[in-house]
Amino acid sequence: MTTDLTDTGSEAEFRAEARAWLRANVPAEPLPSGDTREGFARHVEWERRLHEARWSVVSWPERYGGRDASLWEWLIFEEEYYAAGAPQRVTQNGIFLLAPTLFEFGTEAQRDQLLPRMAAAEDLWCQGWSEPEAGSDLAGIRSTAVRDEEAGGWRLSGQKTWTTRGAFCTHVFGLFRTDPAAARHRGLTYFLVPLDAPGVTVRGFGRLDGDEGFAEVWFSDVFVPDADVLGGVGEGWRVAMATTGSERGLTLRSPGRFLAAADRLLALARAQAPSERQRERAVRAWLGARAYQLYTLRDVDALLDGVPPGARSSMNKLFWSELDVDIHEAALDILGPSAELDTAWSRGFLFSLSGPIYAGTNEIQRTVVAERVLGLPRGGA
Amino acid sequence: MRFGWTADQVAFREAVRDLLTRACPPAVVRAAWPGGDESTVESLWTSLVELGLPDATAGLGLDEVDLVPVFEEIGYAAVPLPVVETVAVAAPLLGLEGPTRVAVASADGLVPYGRRASHVLHLDGGAAWLSAPQGVDVPTVDGSRAAIRVPKPTGPPLIDDPVRVGLAADRLALGNAAQLVGLGRRMLDMTVAYVRERKQFGVPVGSFQAVKHHLADALVQLEFAAPAVHAAAWALAGRRPERGRDVSAAVLLATEAAGRVARTAIQCHGAIGYTVEYDLHLYAKRAWAVAATCDTDAHLARLAEALDLKGAAA
Repeated sequence: MTTDLTDTGSEAEFRAEARAWLRANVPAEPLPSGDTREGFARHVEWERRLHEARWSVVSWPERYGGRDASLWEWLIFEEEYYAAGAPQRVTQNGIFLLAPTLFEFGTEAQRDQLLPRMAAAEDLWCQGWSEPEAGSDLAGIRSTAVRDEEAGGWRLSGQKTWTTRGAFCTHVFGLFRTDPAAARHRGLTYFLVPLDAPGVTVRGFGRLDGDEGFAEVWFSDVFVPDADVLGGVGEGWRVAMATTGSERGLTLRSPGRFLAAADRLLALARAQAPSERQRERAVRAWLGARAYQLYTLRDVDALLDGVPPGARSSMNKLFWSELDVDIHEAALDILGPSAELDTAWSRGFLFSLSGPIYAGTNEIQRTVVAERVLGLPRGGA
Repeated sequence: MRFGWTADQVAFREAVRDLLTRACPPAVVRAAWPGGDESTVESLWTSLVELGLPDATAGLGLDEVDLVPVFEEIGYAAVPLPVVETVAVAAPLLGLEGPTRVAVASADGLVPYGRRASHVLHLDGGAAWLSAPQGVDVPTVDGSRAAIRVPKPTGPPLIDDPVRVGLAADRLALGNAAQLVGLGRRMLDMTVAYVRERKQFGVPVGSFQAVKHHLADALVQLEFAAPAVHAAAWALAGRRPERGRDVSAAVLLATEAAGRVARTAIQCHGAIGYTVEYDLHLYAKRAWAVAATCDTDAHLARLAEALDLKGAAA
């Protein structure tokens, strides 16, 4: 088929339906930050309204609460969602990171039990990967899971940290070492754990913006039954890497949010009579968002043709994370002295600085791109 | 929505690449430099004519989108002839048929490939003039350009139609953007191959993170420019109202990406990249030359206007 960047008839209908619902339902006033306890609760209410109208997980099968939307429709929904100024998705670690993993590796019982509750924002998931000694070097995980044959499960011990919204969530998915004798990348297993299980302790702490958006999670002999292992004992690394592709690439970072941010930047610039230099920065920020949108459309087209994203998702991650910083730096530049005020722009700027770090630092991503996309030799200093 | 290449577009790209691998290796680009064997360049033109390329829009029925992969390959091989100018600009604007070769003058009268063209096309605002390639030879950094400088045309224009001439100017800009993507890919391919082979400290230099990160950044910049060129071609082919914005976006992304790749390629090659004996300079100099003709300031201004962001001074 030839190139066509316009909506088909059914895509246009889908867009119109999403737009109309969002227009009628998006809160007029922005919600307080979802990375505070009060703001998180407000966001969860919003997530439940989304779910009631079946907009919370549009790309999922209907039986789990979705609409069986195509990837194109998913992109359309995201575009409309962020253009409408709708709230950040505090459920994102579940619906965009854990859910794709459940679809690929979960048992039918796990999917039936977990996905509807996730879609409805009944269970709220955080990601338990990083540890004090395992950040970029994720395979350095030290938290352990010891076999309890009699009870039919595992006993988890150790510490996770920098866990986003861990202080507010109800569940954690995480990697634990089940075979200390195996090589680093083997011997890891992916567990699903309720945060109210006996032996779990959570302590929230402030991120760069001061919100309690991070947490440390301690596990002290926490029992997890065999049914809550995802993807097989010793398979944790392989299963987790599938999630990484989602986190870095398409699903977590739809172009809609950057286009919406770039549009807000242009509106700011129009209102402020910017200098030539500031104007150029704003135009270039928009240009970056547009490039990201078009690259994503190309990626979706390739995915639908059966080309897996593989290491290319690291290219997305490099681009969107730096773009987000660029957009916010341009805004602060235009704001001048007001840039030091506590506003959505200054908060957005602080948040944007996390992008080049989380989901694998950009230094790691550049190495991944060089080795797996360009084919450069591994190792070296 | 659909945003990929069709089987026909992929097949034609491969045909062009196969042809150029044989007909336009680095030795032929070198032959286009002063003192080279000009007949080699003529043979290359003959091959392109046999493929039907000069008459691609009327004869083969190719539109702006179909031509993007073709011009990427023209760039990849650094073809030292006014292919974009003839195929995308002169042929559709003037209704040329057959293997005429037309070069295009910049605003200050510089005509790349003027010495290898039968006619020179001048585009100025909404009007176009055609003149003979009579002018003085001028030395260029990319010695394969066979550039001349010609006087401004006098007399009434051949065509006075802002829409048609504007479309021709956009096709030129787009064709240059596509060439720059191709040039970038060539330089990146050469550099990746080189750093895998070249050893220092007992290991390939491509195993060092500093080199890897340079090349990863260059790849990202290039691959995020390419879809913008494709999208602009689609907007132009459909005469869509946003075509000016999209062509300008494509030009800005492609010129910057090619410039970045050129610098990265030379840096990652080390000293051999700073020689004329090694082939890299043929492609880097072409990228600089093509980018220089792109008038990025005008495109930035047009983009700002399309985004409703006029300058404080305006």
